[in-house]
Amino acid sequence: MAQMNMIEAIRSAHDVMMEKDSTVVVLGEDVGYFGGVFRCTDGLQRKYGEHRVIDTPIAEGGIVAAAIGMGVNGLRPVAEIQFADYIYPGFDQIVSELARLRYRSCGDFFSPVTIRTPCGGGIRGGQTHSQSPEGIFTHISGIKTVMPSNPYDAKGLLIAAIESDDPVVFFEPKRIYNGPFDGDPDKPGVSWASHPKGEVPEGYYTVPLGSAEVALPGEELTIITYGTMVHVSIAAAQATGVDAEVIDVRTMAPLDVQTLADSVKKTGRCLIAHEATRFGGYGAELAATIQKECFYHLEAPIRRVAGWDTPYPHAFEWQYFPGLKRVSASIRRVMEAE
Amino acid sequence: MIEKSRLQIPRPTARPGDEPDFSYLDLSPAGAIDKPPIGSRTRDLEFLSSGLVRVLDDNHDAVGPWDPGLDPARLQVALRWMMLNRAFDERMWQIQRQGRISFYMQALGEEAISIAQGMALRAGDMCFPSYRNQGLYMYRGMKLIDMMCQCLSNTRDMCQGRQLPVMYHSKEGNVFSISGNLATQVPHAVGWAMASAIKGEDHIAATWLGDGSTAEADFHHALTFAAVYQAPVILNVVNNQWAISSFQGTAGGQRRPFAARGLGLGIPGIRVDGNDFLAIYAATLWAADHARRGHGPTLIEHVTYRGGAHSTSDDPTKYRPRDEWKSFPLGDPVDRLKQHLIKEGRWSEEKHGRLEKELKDEVQAAWKEAQKYGTMTEGPWLDPATMFEDVYAEMPQHLESQRRRLLEILAED
Repeated sequence: MAQMNMIEAIRSAHDVMMEKDSTVVVLGEDVGYFGGVFRCTDGLQRKYGEHRVIDTPIAEGGIVAAAIGMGVNGLRPVAEIQFADYIYPGFDQIVSELARLRYRSCGDFFSPVTIRTPCGGGIRGGQTHSQSPEGIFTHISGIKTVMPSNPYDAKGLLIAAIESDDPVVFFEPKRIYNGPFDGDPDKPGVSWASHPKGEVPEGYYTVPLGSAEVALPGEELTIITYGTMVHVSIAAAQATGVDAEVIDVRTMAPLDVQTLADSVKKTGRCLIAHEATRFGGYGAELAATIQKECFYHLEAPIRRVAGWDTPYPHAFEWQYFPGLKRVSASIRRVMEAE
Repeated sequence: MIEKSRLQIPRPTARPGDEPDFSYLDLSPAGAIDKPPIGSRTRDLEFLSSGLVRVLDDNHDAVGPWDPGLDPARLQVALRWMMLNRAFDERMWQIQRQGRISFYMQALGEEAISIAQGMALRAGDMCFPSYRNQGLYMYRGMKLIDMMCQCLSNTRDMCQGRQLPVMYHSKEGNVFSISGNLATQVPHAVGWAMASAIKGEDHIAATWLGDGSTAEADFHHALTFAAVYQAPVILNVVNNQWAISSFQGTAGGQRRPFAARGLGLGIPGIRVDGNDFLAIYAATLWAADHARRGHGPTLIEHVTYRGGAHSTSDDPTKYRPRDEWKSFPLGDPVDRLKQHLIKEGRWSEEKHGRLEKELKDEVQAAWKEAQKYGTMTEGPWLDPATMFEDVYAEMPQHLESQRRRLLEILAED
C-alpha cells in the first residue's frame, strides 16, 4: 500500500487504466503537457504520448462532444472539465447526446465517456470556481453521478467509472484533494497521510458504482452526505457528542437506497448534508426517498443542511459553507425534535 | 450626415405574394472553377469557397475539371436511388397526411447530396447525418420496410418507439443515430475522426447540417477541433436556403458563403452546386482523398433548395412564395441527372416513367408489409415495459422497480 492524496490517487487510476487498456484516452484543457491545473494527469502525456493525453481548445461543449465521437469509434475517453463551474457549455452534449445515445439507438451506439470535474468551495474560488452542480446531473436519466470523499474511493470509483459502458460524471471535491477537511478553515490543514483512506493500493482495484458506505458507524442519528461534507459531518458528530452514523453516498445516481434506509430504520433520525444549494437540490431527493422507505421508523422530521440558496460569495465563503457550526446545530435540532 | 449605428434585420428577397428572386445567389458557369491538387495550401483553395463548383451545364453536358467521369451505368444506379428517395418521401408524406404516422420530413430537392456522397464515400467511413439524409440510410442498406417501421413506432421499429419518425440509426451501415437536436452530431463526427487518426486507420467521418444550424455552438466547436487536430472529416453544410421560416441570411449567409466559415481556421471550403450529382460526387471524392491522405478536414457547402415544407408540421406558404422552387436557378437534381443521361443516350423518358412506376410499387409493397408489424391504430403492439431498457447498460434498481410498477398498472386494465 502507498500513501496517496486524492490527486495522486486519481492520477494513479488514470495510469492503471491507460496501462491496462490502450483504448483509454484523456482529453481536456491543460491536461497534457502541463498535467492539469490540479495536477491530476501529471506525467501521463510523457508516459502515454500526445495521442492519448490530449490538450484541447477551451470549449467544454467541444470536449464533451469530441469525447462522445471518440467513444462511438471504440475509444474509452476520460474528459476533464477544469472546474465543474465550466461544465455548462457542455451540458446539452451531456444531457441530450451522451446520456441518451444508448437509449435512442436501442444499444446499437453508446459512448463510454467519463467526465471528471473538480467541484465545491473552500478554496477562495468565488462564484465561478466553487459550485457543486451534482444535483443537476442526478436528474438526467442515462448518466451515473459519482463523488468520492477520499483517495481510496477516488481511485477505485474512477477505475470503475472508466470501465463502465455507461457515461459517468465524476465530481472531485477539490477542497479535500490534499487532505480531509472538517469544516473549520481556521485549523491548520491536515494531510491524507494520517487518514486510513489515504492508504491506496498502487495497482488495479475498483470501488463499485452504486454503493454507499458507512463512513462512521453510530446508533442515534443518520447523516447522509458525500464529498467534503463527509468529513465535516464526522467532525460535527464528534463535536456534538451525538452517536451519529455518517453515510457516504459515493454514487449519487443510481442511488444505493438500501444502505441509507437500513441506517435510518436503525437510528430513526436523519440529517442530510450537502454543500450545494438547498432548493430543488439533491438533498430533496434523498429526503423524499428516506421518507418513503423509513416513514414509520422516523422519530423526527428529516432535516437538510446545505449551502445557502445564493451564488457562492467570494468574501463570505465561510459564512456560506455549511461548516462545523451549522452542521452541529442541525444535528442538535434533529436530536431535539420529537 | 451623421453616421449612426444601426441594427440590420436580414430579410429574404421574396415573401408570399412576391416574385421569387434568387439574384442574391452567386453562380459560376459549369466547368468554370479549377480543380486544385489534393493537399494544396488553404490559402490557395480560397477561391473554392466563393465560386460554385458545377459539372452539369445548361445543355445537360458534363464539363470541366470536376467531371468525375463516372460510368453511365453507375449514374443510372445513382438516378435510381435518388428517385427511390423521392418516391419514398412522397408516399410517407401522404401516409402522414392520412394520419397513419405522426410526423415526417422529406428531402425533396436535396436527394443528390445523400446519394452522391454515399456513393463517393467508402463503406468503412462513418456518417453523422441530419434528419434530411434518409437517402444515406437507403444507400447504405437500410430496407424501406425498416424505415417505415421506424416511422410507425411498431414492433419492428429499430428505435422501439423511442424516437420521432425519421430519427433512424444504422450500426451495420455506419450511419449514426439522428438526435433531433440540431448540429450536435457535427462535433461527434470530428471526435470520431480524431479517434480514427489516433488508431491509425484510414476511415474518415462525414457529417451534415443545415444552413440554419451552422449558428449553433456545436458547429463552431466542430470547426475548431477539426482544424486544430486536422481531423479526417468532411463537414457538409446543406444550404437549402430555408430553416423553417428563416432564410439563410438569418444564419449569417449574406455576408460570406457558408463554405467560407472554416477559412479563418485554415479549413478549406468548397461551395458546390447541391443539385448537381456529378459536382457533389467530385467534391466529396476530393475532400475524402484530402482527409485520407492526412490533409485534414474540408467544409462543403451544398447550394440547394428545400423543395417542400420543413416537415409535416410546417406550412411554407406562410413565409415564402408558393412557387419559389420553380425559379431556383439550380433546378431539380433528379431532373438534371435524368436529362444528362438522356443526352448521353443512356436513358429515356419512357425508361424513366417505367422506373418511377416500379419504384412506386416497391414503396407500396414495403408499406403493405410494414403495416403487418403494427400501425398507430392496430397491433401488434410494442411492449411498453421496454421503455426502461437501454437507459443504462444494465437496468438499475430504481428503473427495475418502476418497470414492475408500470406492469402492475397495465395489468389492471
